[in-house]
Amino acid sequence: MSTDPDSIEITPEIVAEHGLTVEEYDRVKSALGREPNLTELGIFSVMWSEHCSYKSSRVWLKTLPTEAPWVICGPGENAGIIDIGDGDAAIFKMESHNHPSFIEPYQGAATGVGGIMRDVFTMGARPVANMNALRFGAPDHQKTRQLVSGVVAGIGGYGNCMGVPTVGGEVNFDPAYNGNILVNAMCVGLAKTDRIFYSAAAGIGNPVVYVGSRTGRDGIHGATMASAEFDDQSEEKRPTVQVGDPFTEKLLLEACLELMATDAIVAIQDMGAAGLTCSSVEMADKGGVGLELDLDKVPQRETNMSAYEIMLSESQERMLMVLEPGQEDVARAIFAKWGVEFAIVGHLTDTGRFTLKQGGRTVGDIPVRPLVDDAPAYERPWQQTERRAPLAAADAPAPNDMADALMRLVGGFDGCSRRWIWEQYDHMVMADTIAWPGGDAALVRVHGTKKALAISTDVTPRYCFADPVEGGRQAVAECWRNITAVGATPMAITDCLNFGNPERPEIMGQFVGCIEGMREACETLQFPVISGNVSLYNETNGVGILPTPAIGGVGLLKDASQRVGVAFPEAGQTIVLLGETYGHLGQSLYLRDILTRAEGPPPPVDLAQERRNGDVVRGMIRSGLATACHDLSDGGLAVALAEMAMAGGIGARIDLPESDVAPHAFLFGEDQARYLVTVTNPDVILAMAEASGVKATVLGETGGTELTVSGCLTISVAELRDVHERTLPEHMAAAAAS
Amino acid sequence: MKSAVIVFPGSNCDRDAAVALHQASGKPPAMVWHGDSDLPELDLVVLPGGFSYGDYLRVGAIAALSPIMAAVVRHAERGGAVFAICNGFQMACEAGLLPGVLMNNAAGKYVCRHVAMRVEDTQSPFTTGYQAAQRISIPVAHHDGNYFADDATLDRLEGEGLVAFRYDNDNPNGSCRDIAGILSANRRVLGMMPHPERAADPDLGGTDGAAMFRSLVETLA
Repeated sequence: MSTDPDSIEITPEIVAEHGLTVEEYDRVKSALGREPNLTELGIFSVMWSEHCSYKSSRVWLKTLPTEAPWVICGPGENAGIIDIGDGDAAIFKMESHNHPSFIEPYQGAATGVGGIMRDVFTMGARPVANMNALRFGAPDHQKTRQLVSGVVAGIGGYGNCMGVPTVGGEVNFDPAYNGNILVNAMCVGLAKTDRIFYSAAAGIGNPVVYVGSRTGRDGIHGATMASAEFDDQSEEKRPTVQVGDPFTEKLLLEACLELMATDAIVAIQDMGAAGLTCSSVEMADKGGVGLELDLDKVPQRETNMSAYEIMLSESQERMLMVLEPGQEDVARAIFAKWGVEFAIVGHLTDTGRFTLKQGGRTVGDIPVRPLVDDAPAYERPWQQTERRAPLAAADAPAPNDMADALMRLVGGFDGCSRRWIWEQYDHMVMADTIAWPGGDAALVRVHGTKKALAISTDVTPRYCFADPVEGGRQAVAECWRNITAVGATPMAITDCLNFGNPERPEIMGQFVGCIEGMREACETLQFPVISGNVSLYNETNGVGILPTPAIGGVGLLKDASQRVGVAFPEAGQTIVLLGETYGHLGQSLYLRDILTRAEGPPPPVDLAQERRNGDVVRGMIRSGLATACHDLSDGGLAVALAEMAMAGGIGARIDLPESDVAPHAFLFGEDQARYLVTVTNPDVILAMAEASGVKATVLGETGGTELTVSGCLTISVAELRDVHERTLPEHMAAAAAS
Repeated sequence: MKSAVIVFPGSNCDRDAAVALHQASGKPPAMVWHGDSDLPELDLVVLPGGFSYGDYLRVGAIAALSPIMAAVVRHAERGGAVFAICNGFQMACEAGLLPGVLMNNAAGKYVCRHVAMRVEDTQSPFTTGYQAAQRISIPVAHHDGNYFADDATLDRLEGEGLVAFRYDNDNPNGSCRDIAGILSANRRVLGMMPHPERAADPDLGGTDGAAMFRSLVETLA
């Protein structure tokens, strides 16, 4: 297609195909003072898409806390930045690639990983760790196995080639994701605080430079696809899924970092969603300048590309930057060395306009400010999610066999080992990963220092569905707890907010509720949001996903030698439970997987208690008193004990304390703010806990080859490991055979 | 010991190898760009892991044609030591420094995990620090580590004691005769799929690879 954009008359049908409402189109016309041509319409449509403009979510996102003394840069840039001392900064963000991954799982997931890494190295950071949060449909759904293997291979394929370790993540299976999986990728990078790069363009006349892959016709309108619901014809959208080339991105990374060591760059921005359009407009807008592009200079993979196609392409592995005058040759030489395309494609102007030239003609001319500032923002109607009645004790009876129940939980799809997945990720490259996948948080050393970053991704969608506010609180609290459980200080989060169609008040109510809960938790735990992404319209044929606000948290451990893991370290250690146990079974994994019910409210999160308990546990770890630590989450105490036993290959003997809580509720309840620690000297721990007002209960001792809970269950650790490890490989092998 | 790590476009274990060499020898190796055609005088050249040239065409195939590889081959012909790890092993086979080829893993998937290996040779400059038949654990991370050669070649390798390491009931990729690493006829070139540079620091979950770097420092010093 090589249509002259000026020659096409903009009809209401064309406007609708671009996802703009009649009112939005009127705003376009008033911003321009005339009718747009097709290229300009395309530019407005992507800039004002939900994906780029956050038009449904903006008013609510503003309520999230984004500041703390250690925050260098909050939301609004390519990624958020925190100060981790000694002139070091950690730069991170999480982003969704849900729709492309459902249509073409390998490329969708791969380019999601590639995109988030670009967001991080655009700011001057070397990516040092990738994480992810994945949600698939029911394990037996006809598409699930193919999606799981494609997504996992795609994440690995990109990250492994880049040489950035994928150090952890989370995976859930639920029928609510049958028609709309979630692929959220997070990247953490390291930079020096005095060498951080931002996207605000400056310096009238300065050259605008394009580097990276050539522009092709792939991914046109990806941002618009990411802002629409799915239906049965969605797979026909496969041509709008981008294709990744991690090798080119690796070269782009090295070339960019080499150039960043000089003083040649004024501003830099990666080309992600909406490609050349979004990167140019954001750089110009942030710098308050105009920008003129000569599209004939844009490196192109195909011939006869129209201005519309060039501006809307989402070809991967591209960057746009503004250079200091006279530095073009320095930059060109570096990119030539790495074999990466380099082209001067325009310059900054004082017109305040975004101007496009092609074949000597002006093919687009839009004032920058309104293109960004006049983007619609909606206060969509929302309806509060109805509160669930408490679960009656009679509705959550004890299992016939506690051992069998525990085996079913550790061998179930949400409790089983994820080894089949993370062994396909290079989780060790860069030789700084000191806590691998499978623990509470991954730990990656800050290269050449004693410091380490702790990273975790968390959310419990079934809690969010039952009570969005409580679920939002819990997602943040669990992430904070996982980072605490390795001994690190939680610093900040990035979020990836995955919801259904915001035009439906009940979905918008879920969104509003989750944000409210997150806000409270972020404030109390001093765990601000510094970057993030919103993915709405996660629906197929009108059925929405579970509300899934995935939280990616980063913490700092100043002395990595103080870390602990989840594994029982040796026999003869005392096992202490910290935190209050009420036996809350509503929305628990036990209720869902053993009793096959999904009732009641999720466990309440007492944020003050969360903070107090976590701070005490961290102190115990840092002082060397706790020799292992594990937070309690899905499956409660019983699953946490089993996981510590399996990780260490050591059993334990447990006596439940005298309590009003029924034994099965004590074992499987999912009360929050709880940790298990092992200690050599329980008296000191108990005194510390008491002094801080934290409930501490001695449960028993490590040792032997069995996990025994007196009067409840005895299972050999080997048998636990067997059921825990077998589930996923067997399920996936069955897929290969079928 | 004077050493160098070759940096190809797409190499990503070059820094890890340099760190391990630096720790073992007390001095950093030279980092040599693939586009150079000469090597300084060296005791050891490391061909590091990664995805040189994106693994396009065939793993290691394009790197084997890099200008620097001719110099590496000359260095080997002079009796210089070459440590070819993972993607480096693939390149060494493609460049004719070692016989055989690395095919796709039998399971068709990338695999990253510790594997159990048995030390089969203790006479090369890489392996003097091990006991014969010692069982060691070193991580692999690859998609194409399935070593293949014809039976005559395999028989010759075994007959001349040139199999350096074998997977010990833990073959992650389906390689012929459980081969994890092989030596050249003069024992100065070692190609192996596992990553000893990831097993030379106790914080990284094991130090069974450290003896390889120590052996090199002691024998080549």
